[in-house]
Amino acid sequence: MSDADDPVIPLGARSIADAVAGGTFSAEQVVRAHLDGLEERDATVHAFLTVTAERALADAEAVDARVAAGVDPGPLAGVPVALKDNLCTRGIETTCASKILEGWKPPYDATVVERLRAAGAVTIGKANMDEFAMGSSCENSAFGPTRNPREPSRVPGGSSGGSAAVVAAGFAPLALGSDTGGSIRQPAALCGVVGVKPTYGAVSRYGLVAFASSLDQIGPFAGDVADAALLLETIAGHDERDSTSIPDGAPEISIHLDDGVDGLRVGVVTDLLGDGIAGDVAARVRAAAEALSAAGADVGEVEIPELAYGLSAYYLIAPAEASSNLARFDGVRYGLRVDAPTTAEMMVATRTAGFGPEVKRRIMLGTYALSAGYYDAYYGKALKVRTRICRAFERAYADFDVLLTPTSPTTAFELGATTDPLAMYLNDVCTIPSNLAGHPAMSVPFGVGDNGLPVGVQILAPALGEVPMFRAAAALEEATR
Amino acid sequence: MTERITRDDVAHVARLANLALDDDELTTMTGQLAAVLDHAADVEALELDGVEPTTHPLPLRNVWREDVVGATLDRDEVLAAAPAVDQDRFEVPAILGGEP
Repeated sequence: MSDADDPVIPLGARSIADAVAGGTFSAEQVVRAHLDGLEERDATVHAFLTVTAERALADAEAVDARVAAGVDPGPLAGVPVALKDNLCTRGIETTCASKILEGWKPPYDATVVERLRAAGAVTIGKANMDEFAMGSSCENSAFGPTRNPREPSRVPGGSSGGSAAVVAAGFAPLALGSDTGGSIRQPAALCGVVGVKPTYGAVSRYGLVAFASSLDQIGPFAGDVADAALLLETIAGHDERDSTSIPDGAPEISIHLDDGVDGLRVGVVTDLLGDGIAGDVAARVRAAAEALSAAGADVGEVEIPELAYGLSAYYLIAPAEASSNLARFDGVRYGLRVDAPTTAEMMVATRTAGFGPEVKRRIMLGTYALSAGYYDAYYGKALKVRTRICRAFERAYADFDVLLTPTSPTTAFELGATTDPLAMYLNDVCTIPSNLAGHPAMSVPFGVGDNGLPVGVQILAPALGEVPMFRAAAALEEATR
Repeated sequence: MTERITRDDVAHVARLANLALDDDELTTMTGQLAAVLDHAADVEALELDGVEPTTHPLPLRNVWREDVVGATLDRDEVLAAAPAVDQDRFEVPAILGGEP
């Protein structure tokens, strides 16, 4: 049976949950349909590093038992979900797409994984990614790249490229990723799905393998805006096991999706529509602004020249934090060990064999930026740029409720085409500022570029501005229907 | 390109980071790090005098949990993931050199 004939695959998360709760489909039927689909087609896409079919079918049976017993099976009853492979799953291999963690089975579940299961969702596997979430194309995976399901010669974006590809290919209606400088939004844009980076602190990071702790957030991928809202509501909320978890980070979003955008003040960031942004992408952002205006929003233009400097600040701050976070991979407690006569030599041998080139580059860059004599010139200065960006956003949000930019400067690029690290980093110019400020931002598909590939439009909001952000997203989605 | 970072700097940083780089990697890495640092110089255009640094998006304070006994990770499960274990401990090669 091809996917087109399958009654389950084209359904989104809400429809599946309703159908499972109402008895139209069993959770087992839903999960089997998705497992069959990915078994047939993931050989080409390579979105998954691990598929946990047996576990998923057992979990689906448990959901069906709840339905049969008349117990509420939860808002995501029977909905298959893929997890980025930097989210810890107890007893299930969690690699961060790195040889240094190959074979590692965590002794605990991430909080988001617990919350998904409590909501009736069925996790079906671990999605490919750039090693330790460092990359914008999914080509830095130690286990081979993921291909863009829309056009297999192209990258899916990164670092959460596997998660984006899962949703775009219909392998699961939902996936979780992590976003440190755009790693959810950029692959969402390149794959033509919805991707959300929530407010910093809104979603617990307990069980997320840390990359850059002042920037990392977990967030949803979905096929539409309402499914993304539902998934975010499921995973958001305070968790005492994450000391950066905030108390009021879980607003009700779904009930506001039909509120419309009448009077919503939308600022088009003109600085991010010129140099370095492809013309076809910029044109879609302008079209999105017109669509929001037609839907009743007050659309204006805003200049925020500081945002362009976010890239420079980010590529010092994130590697600095990474160089510290990744010091824990030393061959002592988990993962790879390369034997050597002394512990010091063992650690060097293990890290040298276990980390890939991009991870080494970031560790080196970060170590340098933090080292004696260079701290003030690089890291210290980057932290001041971060302050300037936060202040610039504050000024913009005095006049606007949300801001509009491209998500990525281009549509999906060819696999293997970008070999210069700096050129790859430039892909993140539009997404980085929200991470530096701790603000929410999301990418919504809005048509295609000149090559027929998806274009994502990015909506930015101030901290805890998820509701206006999703209202704008829902209006954009409505305009494309 | 300015000599923003030298090959010797890179070799020093590799030692700090517990990474071994061969000659080719040192050359490549020097060029690539220099390119990123050159790009980062664009922030010279921003006025930063007197600007406070931002290390974190939240005004963080220490967070304490209640001092009560709770569940911890299963010790056997944790040790099962380690490359080498001696009884209830992580085992490592000699710390000071020579035979253990």
